Amino acid sequence: MSTLHRHPKARLGLLLGPPMLWLGVAYLGALAALFVTALWTQNGFTGLIERQWTLDSFRTLFTVDVYRTIALRTIGVAALVTVIDALVAFPIALYMAKVARPGLRRFLLVAVLMPLWASYLVKAYAWRGMFSEGGLVSSAFEAVGLKSPGYGLTATVVTLAYLWLPYMILPIYAGLERLPDSLLEASADLGGRSLQTLRRIILPTVVPFVVAGSIFTFSLTLGDYIAVRIVGGTNQLLGNVVYDNVGSANNLPFAAAVATVPVVVMLGYLAVVRRTGAMESL
Amino acid sequence: MTISRPTRIVLRVLTVLILAVVYVPLLLVLVNSFNLNKTFAWPPKEFTLEWWRRAAESQGALDALWVSVRVGLAATVVALVLGTMIAFALQRFDFYGRDTVSLLVILPIALPGIVTGIALNNAFRTLFGWQLGFVTIVIAHATFCIVTVFNNVIARLRRTGVQLEQASADLGASGFTTFRLVTFPLIRSALLAGTLLTFALSFDEIIVTTFTAGASVQTLPIWIFNNLFRPNQAPIVNVVAAALIVFSVIPVWLAQRLSGDAESLGAGR
Repeated sequence: MSTLHRHPKARLGLLLGPPMLWLGVAYLGALAALFVTALWTQNGFTGLIERQWTLDSFRTLFTVDVYRTIALRTIGVAALVTVIDALVAFPIALYMAKVARPGLRRFLLVAVLMPLWASYLVKAYAWRGMFSEGGLVSSAFEAVGLKSPGYGLTATVVTLAYLWLPYMILPIYAGLERLPDSLLEASADLGGRSLQTLRRIILPTVVPFVVAGSIFTFSLTLGDYIAVRIVGGTNQLLGNVVYDNVGSANNLPFAAAVATVPVVVMLGYLAVVRRTGAMESL
Repeated sequence: MTISRPTRIVLRVLTVLILAVVYVPLLLVLVNSFNLNKTFAWPPKEFTLEWWRRAAESQGALDALWVSVRVGLAATVVALVLGTMIAFALQRFDFYGRDTVSLLVILPIALPGIVTGIALNNAFRTLFGWQLGFVTIVIAHATFCIVTVFNNVIARLRRTGVQLEQASADLGASGFTTFRLVTFPLIRSALLAGTLLTFALSFDEIIVTTFTAGASVQTLPIWIFNNLFRPNQAPIVNVVAAALIVFSVIPVWLAQRLSGDAESLGAGR
Protein backbone atom coordinates (compact mmCIF):
# COMPACT_ATOMS: atom_id res chain seq x y z
CA MET A 1 0.00 0.00 0.00
CA SER A 2 2.78 2.45 0.84
CA THR A 3 4.47 1.95 -2.50
CA LEU A 4 1.15 2.53 -4.17
CA HIS A 5 0.77 5.68 -2.16
CA ARG A 6 3.92 7.08 -3.70
CA HIS A 7 2.83 6.22 -7.21
CA PRO A 8 -0.38 8.01 -8.00
CA LYS A 9 -0.19 6.84 -11.60
CA ALA A 10 -0.15 3.20 -10.54
CA ARG A 11 -3.12 3.80 -8.27
CA LEU A 12 -5.00 5.54 -11.05
CA GLY A 13 -4.21 2.64 -13.35
CA LEU A 14 -5.52 0.12 -10.81
CA LEU A 15 -8.68 2.17 -10.31
CA LEU A 16 -9.39 2.78 -13.96
CA GLY A 17 -8.12 -0.43 -15.47
CA PRO A 18 -10.97 -2.87 -14.74
CA PRO A 19 -13.85 -0.46 -15.48
CA MET A 20 -12.17 0.68 -18.67
CA LEU A 21 -11.68 -2.91 -19.77
CA TRP A 22 -15.37 -3.44 -19.21
CA LEU A 23 -16.73 -0.24 -20.74
CA GLY A 24 -13.97 0.91 -23.06
CA VAL A 25 -13.01 -2.44 -24.53
CA ALA A 26 -16.00 -4.78 -24.12
CA TYR A 27 -18.86 -2.31 -24.50
CA LEU A 28 -17.32 0.01 -27.07
CA GLY A 29 -16.03 -3.04 -28.91
CA ALA A 30 -19.53 -4.49 -29.05
CA LEU A 31 -20.88 -1.20 -30.40
CA ALA A 32 -18.14 -1.00 -33.03
CA ALA A 33 -18.74 -4.60 -34.06
CA LEU A 34 -22.45 -3.85 -34.44
CA PHE A 35 -21.90 -0.97 -36.80
CA VAL A 36 -19.38 -2.94 -38.81
CA THR A 37 -22.04 -5.63 -39.18
CA ALA A 38 -24.32 -3.03 -40.76
CA LEU A 39 -21.82 -2.87 -43.62
CA TRP A 40 -21.88 -6.62 -44.17
CA THR A 41 -24.52 -8.61 -45.91
CA GLN A 42 -26.60 -11.64 -45.26
CA ASN A 43 -26.93 -14.59 -47.54
CA GLY A 44 -30.65 -14.68 -48.25
CA PHE A 45 -30.46 -18.42 -48.79
CA THR A 46 -28.47 -19.74 -45.82
CA GLY A 47 -29.21 -16.84 -43.46
CA LEU A 48 -25.50 -16.61 -42.63
CA ILE A 49 -23.70 -13.30 -42.45
CA GLU A 50 -21.18 -12.77 -45.25
CA ARG A 51 -18.25 -10.52 -44.46
CA GLN A 52 -18.39 -8.53 -47.64
CA TRP A 53 -18.40 -4.76 -47.53
CA THR A 54 -21.60 -3.37 -48.92
CA LEU A 55 -24.06 -0.54 -48.37
CA ASP A 56 -27.03 -2.76 -49.28
CA SER A 57 -28.67 -2.53 -45.85
CA PHE A 58 -28.56 1.25 -45.93
CA ARG A 59 -29.81 1.27 -49.50
CA THR A 60 -32.85 -0.80 -48.47
CA LEU A 61 -33.41 1.49 -45.52
CA PHE A 62 -33.49 4.63 -47.66
CA THR A 63 -35.23 3.34 -50.78
CA VAL A 64 -37.99 1.10 -49.46
CA ASP A 65 -41.00 3.30 -48.72
CA VAL A 66 -42.10 1.41 -45.61
CA TYR A 67 -38.83 2.05 -43.81
CA ARG A 68 -38.73 5.70 -44.79
CA THR A 69 -42.29 6.13 -43.51
CA ILE A 70 -41.46 4.38 -40.25
CA ALA A 71 -38.30 6.46 -39.77
CA LEU A 72 -40.17 9.71 -40.32
CA ARG A 73 -43.05 8.55 -38.12
CA THR A 74 -40.62 7.71 -35.33
CA ILE A 75 -38.96 11.11 -35.51
CA GLY A 76 -42.40 12.76 -35.62
CA VAL A 77 -43.57 10.84 -32.55
CA ALA A 78 -40.33 11.73 -30.73
CA ALA A 79 -40.81 15.42 -31.55
CA LEU A 80 -44.47 15.38 -30.48
CA VAL A 81 -43.68 13.58 -27.22
CA THR A 82 -40.97 16.15 -26.51
CA VAL A 83 -43.31 19.11 -27.12
CA ILE A 84 -46.06 17.62 -24.95
CA ASP A 85 -43.62 16.91 -22.14
CA ALA A 86 -42.22 20.44 -22.29
CA LEU A 87 -45.73 21.94 -22.15
CA VAL A 88 -46.82 19.72 -19.26
CA ALA A 89 -43.56 19.93 -17.32
CA PHE A 90 -43.29 23.72 -17.35
CA PRO A 91 -46.25 24.65 -15.10
CA ILE A 92 -45.55 21.96 -12.51
CA ALA A 93 -41.82 22.81 -12.44
CA LEU A 94 -42.63 26.51 -12.09
CA TYR A 95 -45.06 25.79 -9.27
CA MET A 96 -42.51 23.60 -7.49
CA ALA A 97 -39.64 26.06 -7.86
CA LYS A 98 -41.30 29.43 -7.34
CA VAL A 99 -44.65 29.02 -5.60
CA ALA A 100 -44.58 25.97 -3.33
CA ARG A 101 -43.15 26.37 0.17
CA PRO A 102 -40.08 24.23 1.02
CA GLY A 103 -42.04 21.42 2.71
CA LEU A 104 -44.52 21.11 -0.14
CA ARG A 105 -41.67 21.42 -2.64
CA ARG A 106 -39.91 18.42 -1.13
CA PHE A 107 -43.12 16.43 -1.21
CA LEU A 108 -43.78 17.35 -4.85
CA LEU A 109 -40.24 16.46 -5.83
CA VAL A 110 -40.68 12.97 -4.40
CA ALA A 111 -44.16 12.72 -5.94
CA VAL A 112 -42.68 13.50 -9.33
CA LEU A 113 -39.72 11.17 -8.87
CA MET A 114 -41.61 8.19 -7.51
CA PRO A 115 -43.18 7.20 -10.86
CA LEU A 116 -39.73 7.48 -12.44
CA TRP A 117 -38.72 4.44 -10.44
CA ALA A 118 -41.91 2.49 -11.00
CA SER A 119 -41.36 -0.18 -13.61
CA TYR A 120 -41.36 1.06 -17.19
CA LEU A 121 -43.34 -1.96 -18.27
CA VAL A 122 -45.92 -1.49 -15.55
CA LYS A 123 -46.44 2.12 -16.57
CA ALA A 124 -46.96 1.18 -20.22
CA TYR A 125 -49.24 -1.60 -19.02
CA ALA A 126 -51.19 0.89 -16.91
CA TRP A 127 -51.93 2.91 -20.03
CA ARG A 128 -53.01 -0.23 -21.85
CA GLY A 129 -55.66 -0.48 -19.16
CA MET A 130 -56.58 3.18 -19.56
CA PHE A 131 -57.04 2.91 -23.33
CA SER A 132 -58.66 -0.54 -23.33
CA GLU A 133 -62.21 -1.08 -24.50
CA GLY A 134 -64.44 -0.11 -21.60
CA GLY A 135 -61.42 1.38 -19.82
CA LEU A 136 -61.24 4.76 -18.13
CA VAL A 137 -60.35 6.73 -21.28
CA SER A 138 -63.14 5.23 -23.35
CA SER A 139 -65.75 5.69 -20.61
CA ALA A 140 -64.61 9.30 -20.19
CA PHE A 141 -64.83 9.90 -23.95
CA GLU A 142 -68.21 8.23 -24.19
CA ALA A 143 -69.52 10.31 -21.31
CA VAL A 144 -69.03 13.43 -23.43
CA GLY A 145 -70.24 11.71 -26.58
CA LEU A 146 -66.87 11.09 -28.25
CA LYS A 147 -65.27 7.92 -29.54
CA SER A 148 -62.18 6.78 -27.67
CA PRO A 149 -58.98 6.77 -29.75
CA GLY A 150 -58.27 3.21 -28.54
CA TYR A 151 -54.91 1.61 -29.20
CA GLY A 152 -52.90 3.42 -31.85
CA LEU A 153 -50.44 6.24 -32.41
CA THR A 154 -52.36 8.62 -30.13
CA ALA A 155 -52.15 6.13 -27.28
CA THR A 156 -48.45 5.59 -28.06
CA VAL A 157 -47.70 9.32 -27.91
CA VAL A 158 -49.63 9.71 -24.66
CA THR A 159 -47.92 6.71 -23.08
CA LEU A 160 -44.43 7.76 -24.14
CA ALA A 161 -45.03 11.35 -22.99
CA TYR A 162 -46.16 9.90 -19.65
CA LEU A 163 -43.15 7.61 -19.38
CA TRP A 164 -40.57 10.35 -19.98
CA LEU A 165 -42.31 13.26 -18.21
CA PRO A 166 -40.08 13.25 -15.09
CA TYR A 167 -37.00 13.59 -17.31
CA MET A 168 -38.42 16.92 -18.50
CA ILE A 169 -39.71 18.16 -15.13
CA LEU A 170 -36.40 17.67 -13.32
CA PRO A 171 -34.12 19.82 -15.53
CA ILE A 172 -36.74 22.60 -15.87
CA TYR A 173 -37.21 22.59 -12.11
CA ALA A 174 -33.45 22.72 -11.56
CA GLY A 175 -33.20 25.66 -13.97
CA LEU A 176 -36.04 27.61 -12.36
CA GLU A 177 -34.70 26.98 -8.89
CA ARG A 178 -31.47 28.71 -9.91
CA LEU A 179 -33.36 31.74 -11.24
CA PRO A 180 -33.04 34.35 -8.45
CA ASP A 181 -36.32 35.63 -7.02
CA SER A 182 -34.82 39.12 -7.12
CA LEU A 183 -35.04 39.06 -10.91
CA LEU A 184 -38.77 38.38 -10.70
CA GLU A 185 -39.12 41.12 -8.09
CA ALA A 186 -37.19 43.57 -10.26
CA SER A 187 -39.48 42.77 -13.15
CA ALA A 188 -42.55 43.37 -10.99
CA ASP A 189 -41.09 46.59 -9.55
CA LEU A 190 -40.48 47.89 -13.05
CA GLY A 191 -44.15 47.34 -13.80
CA GLY A 192 -43.91 44.00 -15.59
CA ARG A 193 -47.08 42.03 -15.24
CA SER A 194 -47.14 38.27 -14.72
CA LEU A 195 -47.35 37.43 -18.39
CA GLN A 196 -44.59 39.87 -19.28
CA THR A 197 -42.34 38.46 -16.57
CA LEU A 198 -43.13 35.00 -17.83
CA ARG A 199 -42.31 35.85 -21.41
CA ARG A 200 -39.24 38.02 -20.91
CA ILE A 201 -37.60 36.52 -17.82
CA ILE A 202 -38.80 33.02 -17.03
CA LEU A 203 -39.06 31.56 -20.53
CA PRO A 204 -35.58 32.66 -21.72
CA THR A 205 -34.10 31.15 -18.54
CA VAL A 206 -35.93 27.90 -19.03
CA VAL A 207 -35.16 27.26 -22.71
CA PRO A 208 -31.71 25.65 -22.23
CA PHE A 209 -33.15 23.35 -19.57
CA VAL A 210 -36.05 22.36 -21.79
CA VAL A 211 -33.48 21.51 -24.44
CA ALA A 212 -31.56 19.44 -21.86
CA GLY A 213 -34.72 17.54 -20.97
CA SER A 214 -35.58 17.08 -24.62
CA ILE A 215 -32.38 15.08 -25.08
CA PHE A 216 -33.90 12.38 -22.87
CA THR A 217 -37.46 12.52 -24.18
CA PHE A 218 -36.25 12.49 -27.78
CA SER A 219 -33.61 9.80 -27.41
CA LEU A 220 -35.76 7.49 -25.31
CA THR A 221 -38.63 7.70 -27.80
CA LEU A 222 -36.37 6.98 -30.75
CA GLY A 223 -35.27 3.67 -29.25
CA ASP A 224 -38.60 2.50 -27.91
CA TYR A 225 -40.43 -0.51 -29.27
CA ILE A 226 -42.19 -1.90 -26.20
CA ALA A 227 -44.71 0.88 -25.54
CA VAL A 228 -45.85 0.90 -29.14
CA ARG A 229 -46.41 -2.85 -29.00
CA ILE A 230 -48.42 -2.51 -25.81
CA VAL A 231 -50.66 0.44 -26.74
CA GLY A 232 -49.88 1.15 -30.41
CA GLY A 233 -52.03 -1.46 -32.10
CA THR A 234 -50.36 -2.47 -35.36
CA ASN A 235 -48.26 0.67 -35.71
CA GLN A 236 -44.52 0.28 -35.94
CA LEU A 237 -41.63 2.48 -34.90
CA LEU A 238 -37.97 2.07 -35.79
CA GLY A 239 -37.38 -0.03 -32.70
CA ASN A 240 -39.88 -2.62 -33.93
CA VAL A 241 -38.05 -2.92 -37.23
CA VAL A 242 -34.79 -3.52 -35.37
CA TYR A 243 -36.44 -6.01 -33.05
CA ASP A 244 -38.07 -7.99 -35.86
CA ASN A 245 -34.82 -8.15 -37.79
CA VAL A 246 -32.84 -9.44 -34.84
CA GLY A 247 -35.54 -11.93 -33.95
CA SER A 248 -37.88 -13.48 -36.47
CA ALA A 249 -36.29 -12.14 -39.68
CA ASN A 250 -32.81 -12.80 -38.32
CA ASN A 251 -31.15 -10.18 -40.50
CA LEU A 252 -28.58 -8.63 -38.19
CA PRO A 253 -26.89 -6.44 -40.84
CA PHE A 254 -30.19 -4.75 -41.61
CA ALA A 255 -31.12 -4.47 -37.91
CA ALA A 256 -27.75 -2.81 -37.28
CA ALA A 257 -28.30 -0.42 -40.17
CA VAL A 258 -31.72 0.56 -38.81
CA ALA A 259 -30.23 1.00 -35.34
CA THR A 260 -27.77 3.55 -36.69
CA VAL A 261 -30.70 5.87 -37.51
CA PRO A 262 -31.55 6.79 -33.90
CA VAL A 263 -27.85 7.06 -33.10
CA VAL A 264 -27.17 9.39 -36.04
CA VAL A 265 -30.32 11.44 -35.34
CA MET A 266 -29.26 11.75 -31.68
CA LEU A 267 -25.70 12.76 -32.60
CA GLY A 268 -27.09 15.41 -34.95
CA TYR A 269 -29.49 16.57 -32.26
CA LEU A 270 -26.69 16.76 -29.70
CA ALA A 271 -24.54 18.74 -32.14
CA VAL A 272 -27.35 21.29 -32.53
CA VAL A 273 -27.99 21.33 -28.80
CA ARG A 274 -24.31 21.99 -28.02
CA ARG A 275 -24.56 25.28 -29.91
CA THR A 276 -27.40 26.45 -27.67
CA GLY A 277 -25.21 25.89 -24.61
CA ALA A 278 -27.72 23.54 -23.03
CA MET A 279 -25.15 20.81 -22.49
CA GLU A 280 -23.75 22.65 -19.49
CA SER A 281 -27.13 22.46 -17.78
CA LEU A 282 -27.31 18.66 -17.95
CA MET B 1 -44.31 36.81 -3.70
CA THR B 2 -43.76 38.24 -7.12
CA ILE B 3 -45.97 35.86 -9.08
CA SER B 4 -49.47 37.27 -9.09
CA ARG B 5 -52.25 35.50 -7.24
CA PRO B 6 -54.25 34.42 -10.31
CA THR B 7 -51.11 32.95 -11.89
CA ARG B 8 -50.32 31.07 -8.70
CA ILE B 9 -53.83 29.62 -8.60
CA VAL B 10 -53.60 28.56 -12.24
CA LEU B 11 -50.23 26.90 -11.54
CA ARG B 12 -51.59 25.12 -8.49
CA VAL B 13 -54.59 23.77 -10.40
CA LEU B 14 -52.35 22.59 -13.25
CA THR B 15 -49.98 20.90 -10.81
CA VAL B 16 -52.81 19.00 -9.16
CA LEU B 17 -54.17 17.99 -12.58
CA ILE B 18 -50.77 16.78 -13.81
CA LEU B 19 -50.15 14.78 -10.65
CA ALA B 20 -53.61 13.26 -11.05
CA VAL B 21 -52.78 12.16 -14.60
CA VAL B 22 -49.48 10.74 -13.30
CA TYR B 23 -51.08 8.71 -10.53
CA VAL B 24 -54.50 7.71 -11.88
CA PRO B 25 -53.21 5.02 -14.30
CA LEU B 26 -51.11 3.47 -11.52
CA LEU B 27 -54.00 3.54 -9.05
CA LEU B 28 -56.18 1.97 -11.70
CA VAL B 29 -53.84 -1.01 -11.88
CA LEU B 30 -54.02 -1.35 -8.10
CA VAL B 31 -57.83 -1.19 -8.09
CA ASN B 32 -58.12 -3.62 -10.99
CA SER B 33 -56.01 -6.18 -9.17
CA PHE B 34 -59.10 -6.64 -6.96
CA ASN B 35 -61.59 -6.35 -9.82
CA LEU B 36 -63.63 -9.54 -10.22
CA ASN B 37 -64.30 -8.73 -13.89
CA LYS B 38 -61.51 -10.27 -15.99
CA THR B 39 -61.70 -7.62 -18.69
CA PHE B 40 -61.34 -4.77 -16.19
CA ALA B 41 -64.42 -2.93 -17.43
CA TRP B 42 -64.75 0.45 -15.77
CA PRO B 43 -66.17 1.06 -13.21
CA PRO B 44 -65.41 -2.15 -11.29
CA LYS B 45 -68.51 -3.69 -9.72
CA GLU B 46 -67.30 -6.56 -7.57
CA PHE B 47 -64.04 -7.08 -5.78
CA THR B 48 -62.05 -10.20 -4.99
CA LEU B 49 -58.73 -11.39 -3.58
CA GLU B 50 -58.74 -14.38 -5.88
CA TRP B 51 -56.23 -12.90 -8.38
CA TRP B 52 -53.68 -12.18 -5.65
CA ARG B 53 -54.02 -15.75 -4.41
CA ARG B 54 -53.58 -17.15 -7.92
CA ALA B 55 -50.63 -14.89 -8.64
CA ALA B 56 -48.93 -16.11 -5.47
CA GLU B 57 -49.25 -19.63 -6.87
CA SER B 58 -48.17 -18.78 -10.42
CA GLN B 59 -44.97 -20.79 -10.85
CA GLY B 60 -43.95 -18.85 -13.97
CA ALA B 61 -44.17 -15.51 -12.21
CA LEU B 62 -42.38 -16.78 -9.10
CA ASP B 63 -39.53 -18.31 -11.13
CA ALA B 64 -39.16 -15.09 -13.10
CA LEU B 65 -39.16 -13.07 -9.88
CA TRP B 66 -36.36 -15.22 -8.48
CA VAL B 67 -34.31 -14.78 -11.67
CA SER B 68 -34.84 -11.01 -11.51
CA VAL B 69 -33.71 -10.88 -7.90
CA ARG B 70 -30.54 -12.86 -8.60
CA VAL B 71 -29.73 -10.83 -11.73
CA GLY B 72 -30.33 -7.62 -9.81
CA LEU B 73 -28.04 -8.66 -6.95
CA ALA B 74 -25.22 -9.85 -9.22
CA ALA B 75 -25.38 -6.82 -11.50
CA THR B 76 -25.46 -4.52 -8.47
CA VAL B 77 -22.31 -6.06 -7.00
CA VAL B 78 -20.41 -5.62 -10.27
CA ALA B 79 -21.74 -2.09 -10.78
CA LEU B 80 -20.86 -1.15 -7.18
CA VAL B 81 -17.23 -2.15 -7.62
CA LEU B 82 -16.72 -0.67 -11.08
CA GLY B 83 -18.80 2.48 -10.48
CA THR B 84 -16.99 3.28 -7.23
CA MET B 85 -13.60 2.77 -8.89
CA ILE B 86 -14.43 5.19 -11.71
CA ALA B 87 -15.87 7.73 -9.28
CA PHE B 88 -12.64 7.72 -7.25
CA ALA B 89 -10.47 7.87 -10.36
CA LEU B 90 -12.37 10.85 -11.78
CA GLN B 91 -12.78 12.75 -8.54
CA ARG B 92 -9.34 12.25 -6.97
CA PHE B 93 -7.10 12.31 -10.03
CA ASP B 94 -6.58 14.80 -12.79
CA PHE B 95 -5.67 13.12 -16.03
CA TYR B 96 -5.99 13.47 -19.75
CA GLY B 97 -9.21 11.96 -21.06
CA ARG B 98 -11.37 12.49 -17.96
CA ASP B 99 -14.24 13.81 -20.05
CA THR B 100 -14.04 10.78 -22.31
CA VAL B 101 -14.24 8.44 -19.34
CA SER B 102 -17.30 10.19 -17.90
CA LEU B 103 -18.94 10.11 -21.32
CA LEU B 104 -18.19 6.40 -21.56
CA VAL B 105 -19.93 5.75 -18.23
CA ILE B 106 -23.11 7.51 -19.39
CA LEU B 107 -23.06 6.04 -22.89
CA PRO B 108 -24.83 2.71 -22.14
CA ILE B 109 -27.79 4.58 -20.68
CA ALA B 110 -27.69 7.53 -23.10
CA LEU B 111 -27.85 5.39 -26.23
CA PRO B 112 -31.26 3.90 -27.00
CA GLY B 113 -31.60 0.61 -25.08
CA ILE B 114 -32.19 -1.26 -28.29
CA VAL B 115 -28.74 -0.24 -29.58
CA THR B 116 -27.01 -1.46 -26.43
CA GLY B 117 -29.18 -4.56 -26.55
CA ILE B 118 -28.36 -5.70 -30.06
CA ALA B 119 -24.70 -4.65 -29.75
CA LEU B 120 -24.29 -6.94 -26.73
CA ASN B 121 -26.42 -9.66 -28.29
CA ASN B 122 -24.18 -9.64 -31.35
CA ALA B 123 -20.98 -9.55 -29.29
CA PHE B 124 -22.02 -12.39 -26.97
CA ARG B 125 -23.17 -14.69 -29.74
CA THR B 126 -20.87 -14.04 -32.67
CA LEU B 127 -17.70 -12.56 -31.12
CA PHE B 128 -17.50 -14.71 -27.99
CA GLY B 129 -19.67 -17.62 -29.13
CA TRP B 130 -21.53 -17.71 -25.80
CA GLN B 131 -24.98 -19.10 -25.08
CA LEU B 132 -27.34 -16.35 -23.95
CA GLY B 133 -28.55 -16.85 -20.39
CA PHE B 134 -28.16 -15.73 -16.81
CA VAL B 135 -24.55 -14.59 -17.10
CA THR B 136 -25.11 -12.51 -20.23
CA ILE B 137 -28.06 -10.72 -18.58
CA VAL B 138 -25.88 -9.88 -15.58
CA ILE B 139 -23.09 -8.52 -17.78
CA ALA B 140 -25.54 -6.42 -19.79
CA HIS B 141 -27.26 -5.05 -16.69
CA ALA B 142 -24.01 -4.26 -14.93
CA THR B 143 -22.93 -2.27 -18.00
CA PHE B 144 -25.77 0.21 -17.82
CA CYS B 145 -25.99 0.16 -14.01
CA ILE B 146 -22.44 1.45 -13.45
CA VAL B 147 -23.62 5.01 -14.04
CA THR B 148 -26.08 4.94 -11.11
CA VAL B 149 -23.42 3.97 -8.58
CA PHE B 150 -20.96 6.34 -10.20
CA ASN B 151 -23.37 9.32 -9.95
CA ASN B 152 -24.12 8.69 -6.28
CA VAL B 153 -20.52 8.14 -5.21
CA ILE B 154 -18.98 11.00 -7.18
CA ALA B 155 -21.61 13.42 -5.86
CA ARG B 156 -20.66 12.39 -2.33
CA LEU B 157 -16.91 12.63 -3.01
CA ARG B 158 -17.36 16.12 -4.42
CA ARG B 159 -19.14 17.20 -1.26
CA THR B 160 -16.76 15.66 1.27
CA GLY B 161 -13.44 16.79 -0.20
CA VAL B 162 -10.08 15.29 0.73
CA GLN B 163 -9.15 17.11 3.95
CA LEU B 164 -10.25 14.31 6.26
CA GLU B 165 -8.27 11.74 4.33
CA GLN B 166 -5.22 13.97 4.30
CA ALA B 167 -5.56 14.47 8.04
CA SER B 168 -5.73 10.71 8.49
CA ALA B 169 -2.60 10.22 6.37
CA ASP B 170 -0.79 13.00 8.27
CA LEU B 171 -1.58 11.21 11.50
CA GLY B 172 0.19 8.15 10.14
CA ALA B 173 -2.65 5.94 8.96
CA SER B 174 -1.94 3.65 6.05
CA GLY B 175 -3.95 3.94 2.88
CA PHE B 176 -6.04 0.94 3.83
CA THR B 177 -6.73 2.18 7.36
CA THR B 178 -7.74 5.57 5.99
CA PHE B 179 -10.12 3.92 3.57
CA ARG B 180 -11.58 1.70 6.28
CA LEU B 181 -11.97 4.34 8.98
CA VAL B 182 -12.43 7.59 7.04
CA THR B 183 -13.35 7.23 3.38
CA PHE B 184 -15.70 4.28 3.59
CA PRO B 185 -17.87 5.70 6.40
CA LEU B 186 -18.11 8.94 4.41
CA ILE B 187 -19.41 7.27 1.28
CA ARG B 188 -21.34 4.44 2.95
CA SER B 189 -24.80 5.97 2.65
CA ALA B 190 -24.10 7.02 -0.95
CA LEU B 191 -23.14 3.41 -1.70
CA LEU B 192 -26.34 2.19 -0.09
CA ALA B 193 -28.46 4.63 -2.09
CA GLY B 194 -26.57 3.59 -5.22
CA THR B 195 -27.18 -0.07 -4.41
CA LEU B 196 -30.93 0.41 -4.05
CA LEU B 197 -31.29 2.44 -7.21
CA THR B 198 -29.07 0.09 -9.19
CA PHE B 199 -31.06 -2.90 -8.08
CA ALA B 200 -34.29 -1.12 -8.99
CA LEU B 201 -32.90 -0.19 -12.41
CA SER B 202 -31.83 -3.76 -13.13
CA PHE B 203 -35.05 -5.22 -11.75
CA ASP B 204 -37.17 -3.13 -14.15
CA GLU B 205 -35.13 -3.34 -17.31
CA ILE B 206 -36.70 -5.03 -20.29
CA ILE B 207 -35.24 -3.79 -23.58
CA VAL B 208 -31.59 -4.77 -23.11
CA THR B 209 -32.76 -7.88 -21.26
CA THR B 210 -34.86 -9.04 -24.21
CA PHE B 211 -31.74 -9.20 -26.35
CA THR B 212 -29.41 -10.75 -23.80
CA ALA B 213 -31.64 -13.28 -22.03
CA GLY B 214 -32.01 -15.96 -24.68
CA ALA B 215 -34.95 -18.33 -24.73
CA SER B 216 -34.27 -20.28 -21.53
CA VAL B 217 -34.23 -17.53 -18.88
CA GLN B 218 -37.07 -15.15 -18.03
CA THR B 219 -36.80 -12.09 -15.82
CA LEU B 220 -40.00 -10.72 -14.30
CA PRO B 221 -40.46 -7.90 -16.86
CA ILE B 222 -40.01 -10.42 -19.68
CA TRP B 223 -42.53 -12.73 -18.04
CA ILE B 224 -45.01 -9.83 -17.81
CA PHE B 225 -44.44 -8.88 -21.43
CA ASN B 226 -44.83 -12.47 -22.65
CA ASN B 227 -48.11 -12.86 -20.74
CA LEU B 228 -49.46 -9.38 -21.44
CA PHE B 229 -51.36 -10.35 -24.54
CA ARG B 230 -52.87 -13.57 -23.16
CA PRO B 231 -56.43 -12.78 -22.05
CA ASN B 232 -56.68 -15.60 -19.50
CA GLN B 233 -53.45 -14.45 -17.80
CA ALA B 234 -54.63 -10.81 -17.62
CA PRO B 235 -55.70 -10.78 -13.94
CA ILE B 236 -52.43 -12.37 -12.81
CA VAL B 237 -50.32 -10.00 -14.90
CA ASN B 238 -52.30 -7.18 -13.36
CA VAL B 239 -51.58 -8.39 -9.83
CA VAL B 240 -47.85 -8.64 -10.60
CA ALA B 241 -47.96 -5.10 -12.00
CA ALA B 242 -49.79 -3.86 -8.90
CA ALA B 243 -47.25 -5.55 -6.63
CA LEU B 244 -44.39 -3.93 -8.58
CA ILE B 245 -45.97 -0.48 -8.22
CA VAL B 246 -46.21 -0.95 -4.46
CA PHE B 247 -42.64 -2.21 -4.19
CA SER B 248 -41.18 0.54 -6.38
CA VAL B 249 -42.06 2.99 -3.62
CA ILE B 250 -39.63 1.34 -1.21
CA PRO B 251 -36.28 1.98 -2.96
CA VAL B 252 -37.21 5.58 -3.72
CA TRP B 253 -38.26 6.26 -0.19
CA LEU B 254 -35.17 4.59 1.29
CA ALA B 255 -32.73 6.14 -1.17
CA GLN B 256 -34.25 9.55 -0.59
CA ARG B 257 -33.73 9.19 3.14
CA LEU B 258 -30.20 7.89 2.68
CA SER B 259 -28.87 10.41 0.21
CA GLY B 260 -30.82 13.30 1.69
CA ASP B 261 -31.35 15.06 -1.61
CA ALA B 262 -34.12 14.00 -3.91
CA GLU B 263 -32.39 15.22 -7.07
CA SER B 264 -29.79 12.49 -6.96
CA LEU B 265 -32.59 9.98 -7.51
CA GLY B 266 -33.15 11.26 -10.99
CA ALA B 267 -29.48 11.26 -11.86
CA GLY B 268 -29.21 7.60 -12.69
CA ARG B 269 -31.95 7.46 -15.24
